[in-house]
Amino acid sequence: MRDGFLRELGRQAAADPAVMLITGDLGFGVLTDFSKRFPDQFINAGVAEQNMTAMACGMAMEGYRVFTYSIANFTTLRCLEQIRNDVCYHDADVTVVSIGGGFSYGQLGVSHFATEDLAILRALPNMTVIAPSEPWEAEELTRRLPDIPGPKYLRIDKGAAGLPADPDAVRLGKARRVREGADATVICIGAILAEALEAAARLARDGIQLRLVSVHTLKPLDAAEIICAARETGGIVTLEEHSIVGGLGGAVAETLLEAGCAPGFFRRMGLQDIYPSKVGDQNFLRAEYGMDAAAVVTTIRKSLRRED
Amino acid sequence: MTISVSLESEPDFDAVRDVAHRVRRHVLDMTSRGKSSHVGSALSMVDIVTVLYGHVMRYDSAQPRAADRDRFILSKGHAGAAVYATLAEFGFFGKDRLEDHYQNGSVFSGHVSHKGVPGVELSTGSLGHGLGVAAGMAMAAMRQRRGHRVYALLSDGECDEGSNWEAILFAAHHRLRNLTVAIDYNKIQSLAPVAETLALEPFADKWRAFGWHVEECDGHDHVALLAAFRAADATSGPAVVICHTTKGKGVRFMENSVLWHYRNAQGQEYDAAAAELERFAAADNKGHPHA
Repeated sequence: MRDGFLRELGRQAAADPAVMLITGDLGFGVLTDFSKRFPDQFINAGVAEQNMTAMACGMAMEGYRVFTYSIANFTTLRCLEQIRNDVCYHDADVTVVSIGGGFSYGQLGVSHFATEDLAILRALPNMTVIAPSEPWEAEELTRRLPDIPGPKYLRIDKGAAGLPADPDAVRLGKARRVREGADATVICIGAILAEALEAAARLARDGIQLRLVSVHTLKPLDAAEIICAARETGGIVTLEEHSIVGGLGGAVAETLLEAGCAPGFFRRMGLQDIYPSKVGDQNFLRAEYGMDAAAVVTTIRKSLRRED
Repeated sequence: MTISVSLESEPDFDAVRDVAHRVRRHVLDMTSRGKSSHVGSALSMVDIVTVLYGHVMRYDSAQPRAADRDRFILSKGHAGAAVYATLAEFGFFGKDRLEDHYQNGSVFSGHVSHKGVPGVELSTGSLGHGLGVAAGMAMAAMRQRRGHRVYALLSDGECDEGSNWEAILFAAHHRLRNLTVAIDYNKIQSLAPVAETLALEPFADKWRAFGWHVEECDGHDHVALLAAFRAADATSGPAVVICHTTKGKGVRFMENSVLWHYRNAQGQEYDAAAAELERFAAADNKGHPHA
């Protein structure tokens, strides 16, 4: 997914000298090509994310389209006030890029788990929040970033949902319905869509048809698609490699309640307001913390009262 | 009124001192009317900011967004009253608008805000933000080979913030010669003297060790301030002007007092403060600002 982002960023940098990539001293090997091709459009700000973000804001105020780049929480929480007061209040064209959404760096421990970022960044006025589910989707969404003025957050995941490329179906602010079904809807964000796809395949064998909605733009949220899912299917489960507090689950709940639209059932799947202390690869941690395909199957069956 | 300033003009110290006196009075009136804090912090930096706008910076107050203007960032945003008053005195907007400061529905927030206020480049208030943004502006200007300069005014207390030292490293590494920092070094921070809170000394040596050119001067002496800024602006890398100031300068009962970081002058105190500013202006015009 990271490569898709960087491929498109390279295209934009070649076409527009105002594109500026600033890293917080991360991206070994990965940013080498960009830095050599575009030495005037690349800065390593060092291990100093507060200054990286403030400085990015200053450059954006002078006409650059700036991308700040680091992993996990370093581009977001470490410098959150610079994002809020400097970038967002001044509506600066800074795209904050976090490589390593959710459990992407699963063996590295809790410092490297980005599991509250969506909720926190979503709360900031002026901020657009984007979390692709596929490498090709990351590339396509990056291509469309210049259409959005002001601050943006791009959460890049190591995984991929594995669906064939369909860039024409990608529109910022519009959720992507990737599977039709009427028994229930699973609304996902990011590459964890792979778990929902697997769960849908398993449930289909029992005659349960899931609708799957992939939300790559968490803010602004595609309210119409979510309300539609609540009205047309049996219930809603949200699935995110993120805390259940304030992220996709929260956003969907807010949308439905304010629309006066009660789904048949509603469950938020994700980290249950805890810090994981175990490590492992992304698949292991999804299973360990109850957000893999098996957990989705169980949740749907329980909700539909069709337990084994 | 439109005021354009260029480095080539002969400095008119008397005129800018008069501006500084009026700015001090605005600051007293604004903070008293609004019952706001930070009158001491604002009085401390009046001479720095009026010398910058009166003698040093190039700008056109009728075109506050002109691309080639010098940029001024107030990082110690709590002293916004002094910047609003200075901008009004130099023609960015009408002085009558200063009466809105701190009032319900006003855009003139206690901590300096850019929205709806011509001439303010950056909204601040949380300390340790201004220098990083200023460094980004300077970096942008350098990469685009543009000739304007970026000035950032910081308090001494805010040098506790680690973010500033990140920016100080960055500016030195990239030799941002178009960046000048001024420190309002009044040696008092929020609760107590700087030396008793987190000591900064040897302060100038710290900047030098980080690769900055250092100028030091009396932060209330306009001639010395102008000379220091001119020297700072002529260096091949980033420069800092450490301005030795007195918190509450101009009102003796406010000077060097933590109390006036918070208190505002009402009733007889306001009258006394106004009289003090008259006295200060008269002494200053005779060349005895420390009388």
